[in-house]
Amino acid sequence: MYPVNPKLTRRRFIKGVIASGAAATSTSIWYAANGAERPPGSVERLIRINVNGQVRTVDVAPQETLASTLRYKLGLTGTKLGCNRGECGACTVLVDDIPSYACSILTHSVKAMRIETVEGLESANGDLHPVQQAFVEELSPQCGYCTPGQVMAAVGLLRANPNPTREEARQGMAGNICRCGSYDSYLNGVMRAAEIG
Amino acid sequence: MAYMHIGKDFVPPDVPGKVTGRIKYAEDYTREGMVYARLLTSPVPHGRIVNIDATAALAMDGVVGILTADDVYPDGEPQSTGLKILTNEPTLVGEPILAIAAVDEKTAESAMALISLTIERLPFVLDPLDSLREGGPDAYTGGNTFVFRQGFAQEKWTSDQVTSFQNGREPSAEPQQSWEYGDLEAGFASSDFIYETAFSTAGYPHMSMEPRSAMAYWENGKCYLHGTSQSLTALAEPMANIIGVPLEDFVFINEATGGGFGQRSRAGSIPSMAIPARFSQKINRPVMMRVTREEEFTIGGARQGLQGWIKIGFRSDGSMAAMDMYCVSDSGGKGGGGDANSAAAGVSALYQVEAMRFRNTSIGTNTGHRGAQRGPGENQIMAIVAPIMDKAAEALGLDRLAIRKLNAAQNGDVSGSRSTPFTSAYMPECLEQAAEQFDWDGRKSRARQTNGSKVTGLGIGQGYHNAGRSGMDGIVRMLPNGRLQMHTGVGNLGTYSYASTSRAAAEVLKMPWEDCDIVTGRTDRHLAISSPQDGSNSIFTNTRTAYGAAQDMLAKMKEIVAMDLGGAAADYDIDGSRVYQITDNTVGMTYAAVAQRALELGGKFTGEADVPEDLNSLTALSVSRLAGSALMGIYHDPRHAGNPPGFAVAMIEIELDTETGKFDIIELVNIAECGTVVHPQGLKNQLVGGAVWGIGLSALERHLYDPQNGIPASTGFWQSKIPTYLDTPANIGTGWVDLPDPENPVGARGIGEPSMGSVSAALNSAISDALDGHLFNAAPVTTDMIINHVAGISEDAIPLAQNNFRG
Ligand code: FES
Ligand code: FES
Repeated sequence: MYPVNPKLTRRRFIKGVIASGAAATSTSIWYAANGAERPPGSVERLIRINVNGQVRTVDVAPQETLASTLRYKLGLTGTKLGCNRGECGACTVLVDDIPSYACSILTHSVKAMRIETVEGLESANGDLHPVQQAFVEELSPQCGYCTPGQVMAAVGLLRANPNPTREEARQGMAGNICRCGSYDSYLNGVMRAAEIG
Repeated sequence: MAYMHIGKDFVPPDVPGKVTGRIKYAEDYTREGMVYARLLTSPVPHGRIVNIDATAALAMDGVVGILTADDVYPDGEPQSTGLKILTNEPTLVGEPILAIAAVDEKTAESAMALISLTIERLPFVLDPLDSLREGGPDAYTGGNTFVFRQGFAQEKWTSDQVTSFQNGREPSAEPQQSWEYGDLEAGFASSDFIYETAFSTAGYPHMSMEPRSAMAYWENGKCYLHGTSQSLTALAEPMANIIGVPLEDFVFINEATGGGFGQRSRAGSIPSMAIPARFSQKINRPVMMRVTREEEFTIGGARQGLQGWIKIGFRSDGSMAAMDMYCVSDSGGKGGGGDANSAAAGVSALYQVEAMRFRNTSIGTNTGHRGAQRGPGENQIMAIVAPIMDKAAEALGLDRLAIRKLNAAQNGDVSGSRSTPFTSAYMPECLEQAAEQFDWDGRKSRARQTNGSKVTGLGIGQGYHNAGRSGMDGIVRMLPNGRLQMHTGVGNLGTYSYASTSRAAAEVLKMPWEDCDIVTGRTDRHLAISSPQDGSNSIFTNTRTAYGAAQDMLAKMKEIVAMDLGGAAADYDIDGSRVYQITDNTVGMTYAAVAQRALELGGKFTGEADVPEDLNSLTALSVSRLAGSALMGIYHDPRHAGNPPGFAVAMIEIELDTETGKFDIIELVNIAECGTVVHPQGLKNQLVGGAVWGIGLSALERHLYDPQNGIPASTGFWQSKIPTYLDTPANIGTGWVDLPDPENPVGARGIGEPSMGSVSAALNSAISDALDGHLFNAAPVTTDMIINHVAGISEDAIPLAQNNFRG
């Protein structure tokens, strides 16, 4: 199993949202996350975040989630929202190499960290990342909506454990739901990616 | 038969976009000037809107408009149980009442809080039996049921009738619906083993991964809708009707769909897409409506729960002589469904029951919107019947595999109330292949062996669904550069059938796949109609149309070449890039040259004349818009004869811990019998995906509602127990019989639904086996139920309960 980033727990997220003035219900978090209102206060809104190796300057509301920033401010729509409440993993990105739910992270909390999304995986010449290549070869996706999250979870897993057993891969990927039930095909993809790594 | 493409793996063109995140789902689009709609939904399970005061909300900075049921139904809401776009008469918590649009979602949410909504609360009910009982509440204003062509009605049983049913006895009330065939009485009289029980199967939500977000805008009188669906063109025309725009002015854009499972195949099950379309028309701005997980739960559909009574008679040789079944079907707060009928027809098909009676009464509850969900009916009932098969085998001293083989459907067999013949059927072969791959004979002795608190259970399950339709259309075009354009209206929900069925056209024309393009994703690319993509039909239905359109093109190509180079069309053959004379292959023309010639000739060659008259309206529109653009192959598929079945067989070994009620799946194989295999990787995905769904049905998924207030308690993935990596085995074995069906030009039939029923059945069979043949007569069988059984505690606190915990 891969490590959990102690700075990015769900508890810290909820506390952060409450501190920023939004009510702590999942529905409100979703919309508060896209807030355009500018509450008086000391939180600087124009911040710099490191996404896919590029430092981006972006206007971020205090209670805005990383998934919102990526999707709606930076146009990185590869990161999906399946539940927006930390249940499904569709929004998985890497924060300092660790797979993390972008719907449950405040953007302000990752200013000093490296964020990687599915858009950042291909090499400069357009070659797919080994995980992406393996997922194509194994036809891992079905509807594809969970796929970017599965890809990022697999990349994070293989960085921490380049040669997992199938059981380790199953445990490592367990934070990502696939309603199409393509788990077997994703595991085939992870094992193949480890081979071609 | 040796094929060039059929039966071979390939990379469907949308897969790279899925692994890179580049492919777009509806919510990934933006448009200049776009505003955001939020929904105000019903806080009560049943009510009537008395007044909406939105003055303060509309006065807020940034708010651009409101859309209510009165806007979308100026002549009053349709009087049916179906989902509405918006409603003033909500029948479940979370049903959309109105939408507010604003420059951003925060503003729309804040405006929503300023709306003063006055609702008259009405009585509500969560369990069909509570509504059936005399004096019980009704889910709808007009009653507790909706009778086709008649409208709302009230159905009541005496209290004694309900209690007697809950106690496991045959319901005595008149059913709403019934059919029968054969001599039921004689069947039971000739039976040596009869099993009779009440049963229940839970309703539970579809929970597609992509919420049904949609975005719409109007431009030059045309409505552009970015939406989600499992049937691209089949959904477009009825969707245009719901929005109220002529088909020719409607463009539906739907490149990828994040899961459907039955609830996105027809426009009526996803009318919420009309909200941004109608709103955008009203305020003249592009409107994005993002749908939350909670909203997806409410309007995203649910399987019907069944409360039933079943009686099955077996002769001493194991043959199923008679079956009698009575169901009360939960129609929920919206919609309905035909699960019970399909369940009965499914048993008839799978077990070749000699005499049968089916009775059903459908009753509404103020719970999730009901409609078709992956194998609706068949997949629930197989989980109930499989352990009964085992019980019969045990009682009659037969092998569990043998009793299934004896009753298995094969070529020449018929099924259902109309005795419809199968187009082909190879269930015995499927059972044999599963037994071999699973090593049934080798594993058999492990059944019921214990190891500490753990006990091994073996299960066999069979799945069935009618898996093919006809009467649709095909369009292919050949460009002057020699590239084949395959215009498919098949939706992209993850089965890859939009691509695999198109390959039948490439097969006919012997063309390398690199020279072919699939034209799809939006209706203004002028696509052919497909059947609604439900009922496992796509592979059968749309290989027929792709094949037919390519045959039409082939005939036209030969005709053009014969016209230019002499002789008759029959003197020519093709090699994938040239049409050549059979006797002298140096005489011929390239496909590109033929396509160029077609453009010069026009008329029937380019779709400008002699178009098949019976094309469906959407295809006819597409053909008229493509006419003159290229060499065209156009086809209207006539009706086929018979019932094309999809069959599957699963075998499972579990190790069940009697201390915790949990089990591990040690081995699982799922084998398909779906005619000729078109796309092995795609088929494998259906088999593993179906297996995961089968585990969900038999062990995990259900609806939970707060009985006090009618509020759903399982709106998330977590509470509704969608199977995860850890609920499912690390390896799922798959395989297929691969024998051709004569009613399909490439021999293929569908599989999406039976691949789930086989596993739901096998798992319940294995759980029962591990518990010495105990029958729960329920799905799901949860850990609580197992522990209670082991502890000797009565299983049913509320017998046959729906939308609630059992036990
Ligand atoms: S969208 Fe973040 S976990 Fe589901
Ligand atoms: S591929 Fe559809 S949810 Fe995973």
